[in-house]
Amino acid sequence: MSLDQLYQQIILDHSKARHGSGLAGMAAPEGTSTGQSHQLNPVCGDEVTLRLAVENGKVAQVSWDGAGCSISMASASVLSELAEGMTVEELHQAIDSFREVLRSRGKIPADPELLGDAAAFEGVARYAARVKCAMISWVAAEDALNQAA
Amino acid sequence: MAVVSTPVTLERALPAMDDAEVLRIRNDFPVLNQLVNGQPLVYLDSGATSQNPLSVIEAEQEFYEQRNAAVHRGAHHLAVEATEVFEDARQTVADFVGADYSEVIWTSNATEGLNLLSYAFSNAGLWAAQGRGDEGLSELALNPGDEIVVTEMEHHANLIPWQELAFRTGAALRYIPVDDAGSLRMDLAGGIIGSRTKVVAFTHASNVLGVINPVAELVGMARRAGALVVLDACQSAPHLALNVKELDVDFAVFSGHKMLAPTGIGVLYGKQELLDILPPFLTGGSMITTVTMERAEYLPAPQRFEAGTQRISQAVALAAAVNYLTETGLDRIHHWESELGQCMVAGLEAIPGIRVLGPAAGQDRIGLAAFDVEGVHAHDVGQFLDSKGIAVRVGHHCAQPLHRRLGLTATTRASAYLYNTTDDVDQFLDAVAGVRAYFRA
Repeated sequence: MSLDQLYQQIILDHSKARHGSGLAGMAAPEGTSTGQSHQLNPVCGDEVTLRLAVENGKVAQVSWDGAGCSISMASASVLSELAEGMTVEELHQAIDSFREVLRSRGKIPADPELLGDAAAFEGVARYAARVKCAMISWVAAEDALNQAA
Repeated sequence: MAVVSTPVTLERALPAMDDAEVLRIRNDFPVLNQLVNGQPLVYLDSGATSQNPLSVIEAEQEFYEQRNAAVHRGAHHLAVEATEVFEDARQTVADFVGADYSEVIWTSNATEGLNLLSYAFSNAGLWAAQGRGDEGLSELALNPGDEIVVTEMEHHANLIPWQELAFRTGAALRYIPVDDAGSLRMDLAGGIIGSRTKVVAFTHASNVLGVINPVAELVGMARRAGALVVLDACQSAPHLALNVKELDVDFAVFSGHKMLAPTGIGVLYGKQELLDILPPFLTGGSMITTVTMERAEYLPAPQRFEAGTQRISQAVALAAAVNYLTETGLDRIHHWESELGQCMVAGLEAIPGIRVLGPAAGQDRIGLAAFDVEGVHAHDVGQFLDSKGIAVRVGHHCAQPLHRRLGLTATTRASAYLYNTTDDVDQFLDAVAGVRAYFRA
């Protein structure tokens, strides 16, 4: 597998654009129920603090701060874009599906219908050392979602 | 006929190492002869773990094929042979670092050696408090008010065991800071190592900065304070000629797997008079004289610290590794690796956006270089290099406090050994030069 299959264009773009980044400067919308989670990968020092706001059973906002490699930052960015507007149930489903793909060692393809841009992380599944990088913000989102909803 | 009056050592007689010799050396290392991601492997991660020459692999295999038995027990033929090669290995390794035979204690690795030591120190306090053991033990015990001194550049293995020893004994842990360039603040060391100091533990050569610390100066300060010295020789013993008696340290540790030997074997050196009175850490079989249902008496060092069946084949393999290094010549290896280290640093400094940690080009360093790539995380750098068959280490290299001090969380480290050519370094530098463009930094 080539490096470009791991670092797909979408990943490189999102690692720079970082949708939802800037937790401190972004207040949660009024009247929403929020959850916040901090996750750390002790192996590489990747860190994500992610806040999720839920209103009427839907994800109203995802905002996060983080430091880490392009995979982890792009993953948090893609997740933020994808999650907003989803129902709580839909996001749980997306997180479960993303985890299944990432843990499959490349055996289970991503469903672009369900995962959107996050399907680009399918290639990461072949790099065992990088799976946690892609997962870190999704683990934070799951934790935050359980608090908020 | 004129008589040559000056004896010429074998080492002096050999010319300096060059790429041609290194290419011959590489033939001894089967693992280096492979493609990774379609490219010839460039292995620049020996600072983490080194590769094994055939002579080491064969020594371990030969032990299992011909001599495998438990040592120091049993009167049968194999047991006697196994004991002989096991103890011969100890002598070989002792000679390698200038120690006496019974001053070399086998451990799993340097981490275990440092933990063994820290627990032996806290056991010294427990024994002394109950009047057990040698009278000198109270001198070795740590109490509230005492201090342990380390440095800010330590590997976690030479930091956390001392944090925990301080916790167990009530002693305080202090450290000598580093400056922005990563050198020890020796101007402050004299004020930190003082009359309260009982132990000074520091690394000989930094696994991140590549800097070689001023051992003599630190030992001098420790001696004036009446403190014991513990040397982490993990990054020095494999790469330069080292003599523990000349360095005058009280204890030293190193790991076999960083010096051409397999994993699972390491060494704790200690001065005989200290080892003989320090209480053991692990207790059990093979380290006792008399055992009753109530208590036990212990053998002197080294058996005192080697409870249970030992890592016999690994010790034999470490001796083979030491022979390989000795035959090549430690001074020649050191010189070659210093050259490679200088090439790395000079090359890295010339690439825009690269910040090399530790001494600048032209200043002394061992054959490794850790660096930050502006705008690109170390994990991505490592992945990019791996796609070109180049193996480096990424992360904090078990030195989080040092990285924090330098304002970083993770760096990329290339570390050379005697089997690396200048071409390896050139390929590495070429690849690094392409990193920022790929990640659009």
